[in-house]
Amino acid sequence: MSTTHDFPAGAPVRDGAGQPAAVAPASPSGRRRLRNPSLWLTALPLAVIAAWAIVPEWFTAYSPFDGVPSENFRAPDAHHLFGTDHLGRDVFTRVVFGTRQTLLTAGLAVVIGLVAGTIIGLIAATAGRVADSAAMRLVDVLLAVPGFLISLVIVTAFSPGPISLGIGIGIASVASFARVVRSEVLRVRNLDFVEASFLNGGTYRSVVVRHILPNASGPVLALLAVDLGAAILAISGLGFLGFGAPPPTPEWGLLIAEGRQYLGTAWWLTTLPGVVIVLTVVLLAALGRQLLKTFRI
Amino acid sequence: MARYLAHRVGQAILVVWLAYTLVFLAVQLLPSDPVTIFLTADSAVDQAAIDTMKSQYGYDQPLLVQYLNQLVGVLSGNFGYSLASGQSVLDRISGVAGSTVALAGSAFIVAGLMAVIVVAAATLTRSAILRRVLVNLPPLLAAVPVFWLGLVLLDLLSIRWGVMSLFPDGSVLSLAIPVLVLAAVVSAPLAQVLLKSMNQVYDQPFIDVLRAKGASRSWIFFRHALKNAAGPALTVMGITVGTLFAGSVITETVFARSGLGSVVLTAVTTQDVPLVQGLVLLTASVFVVVNLVVDLLYPLLDPRILKSNGQGAPRALTA
Repeated sequence: MSTTHDFPAGAPVRDGAGQPAAVAPASPSGRRRLRNPSLWLTALPLAVIAAWAIVPEWFTAYSPFDGVPSENFRAPDAHHLFGTDHLGRDVFTRVVFGTRQTLLTAGLAVVIGLVAGTIIGLIAATAGRVADSAAMRLVDVLLAVPGFLISLVIVTAFSPGPISLGIGIGIASVASFARVVRSEVLRVRNLDFVEASFLNGGTYRSVVVRHILPNASGPVLALLAVDLGAAILAISGLGFLGFGAPPPTPEWGLLIAEGRQYLGTAWWLTTLPGVVIVLTVVLLAALGRQLLKTFRI
Repeated sequence: MARYLAHRVGQAILVVWLAYTLVFLAVQLLPSDPVTIFLTADSAVDQAAIDTMKSQYGYDQPLLVQYLNQLVGVLSGNFGYSLASGQSVLDRISGVAGSTVALAGSAFIVAGLMAVIVVAAATLTRSAILRRVLVNLPPLLAAVPVFWLGLVLLDLLSIRWGVMSLFPDGSVLSLAIPVLVLAAVVSAPLAQVLLKSMNQVYDQPFIDVLRAKGASRSWIFFRHALKNAAGPALTVMGITVGTLFAGSVITETVFARSGLGSVVLTAVTTQDVPLVQGLVLLTASVFVVVNLVVDLLYPLLDPRILKSNGQGAPRALTA
């Protein structure tokens, strides 16, 4: 998964990431920054998908578990947007109800990555040379063991299921959060206002919590969006292999895995849930790019 | 150069050792030992059988002895033994690893080529529409689950159009399609990084000098810009080895190919911890070696890297 966040591909990159923030006073205020149509264009569909996870029953009249056996393998039409499966269950309903399971597992993974990564990155950037090289070697190791394998170890040890899956993928994403937090904190900590807050009598903790972390949060927020997308991809992949939630739980990867048996008779069972995954991940990546642009100091 | 070499090799060894230690510690965190987990997974087994197997696999020894024994084993190329078959990890995978290495290796090369082709076409085309399409292709591909792409292609090619069999039959297509599916997904981050650094290179004055000299667009791209922009993409190529492994396991499952994928799946579902542990260490070692090679190739591409070596680590934050 891409751990680098990209400037809008295509447009030449003109900002120079490491420049001193001499322009900081001229940067727009928080509210003006959010007045950005492209930001909302990506955020709105994502809000709909989030609503699927919270109140799935608002979006569909069918049950995700009970089908009408006589109406099985219906191709997509006005009644069944995504068609029906072998038990006559509405596939769109299964996708909508599956959002919760997928997003909960992905959310668990991202929270683990964010919290552990922030702590490691912060220690690396502020606690001196020894702590920095120790933390960065730890990050190297986490990067050297592919995330897929970390998830496999956890899933093997604690038997397959959404929680071990989320923990495994979360551990795998600690490294990228630690790197981004470290580089952002390094950038912020040498700015004049940090020195000023120490002169004002700030302690290490108060300066880090009240001044450094908030100013370093833009790229972390962007990574959060991108990483959520990466986690959804990883979860659907491992769910497809059967390491996630057990059937008949609707879960995006599992839906595709179940549809695989009917590849010849019902293309919609595999294709359409996949389209939803692709759209979600594309939107999250776009949101990450927009956030990076919006919150750049 | 010698210092750079020593530094990088030392770092690689350190990373493998730390990975080994972390995996060992993770196994200790299990609710019980691997043998008990494995034997009691599906049925009740009497304690005597568990104890016998534990002593056979050395799990009855003190932790420090286990740690050192396994470390010596890994150093001499022994990655442990499978609980299910009793074979060593290397024996277990020796029969099937070849086809996975062939799949992953070809996909690695094809992915590199795909990234260069997409970026070259996007940079050299005079059509604004084509450029827009090409520039947006890598971010889209980066969001595509590899198993879904494989299934959709399988549906189209073998069921709808009947040009390819559902199972591997040795035909050109049944070899090429899995490689292309895996390569397409792996190439996406490569193309994104290459595109980004290419844009940075094209902003530099030497490109204008080349243009003023009368160099053609493709000459500028292939003879000058590509070499300057390749560095970050090369680093990402090293990192994609992990994605490549995950992608191979999934691609093999989708296309019903034999290989490491089936070994991994069986090991996980039967909770064969030592086998998974060995596979993890083996893959991590391959990953570290590939990234070491990338690091050692880097100065050949960009001699400046040797001069900027050893930037200072951050000092502690104090008032």
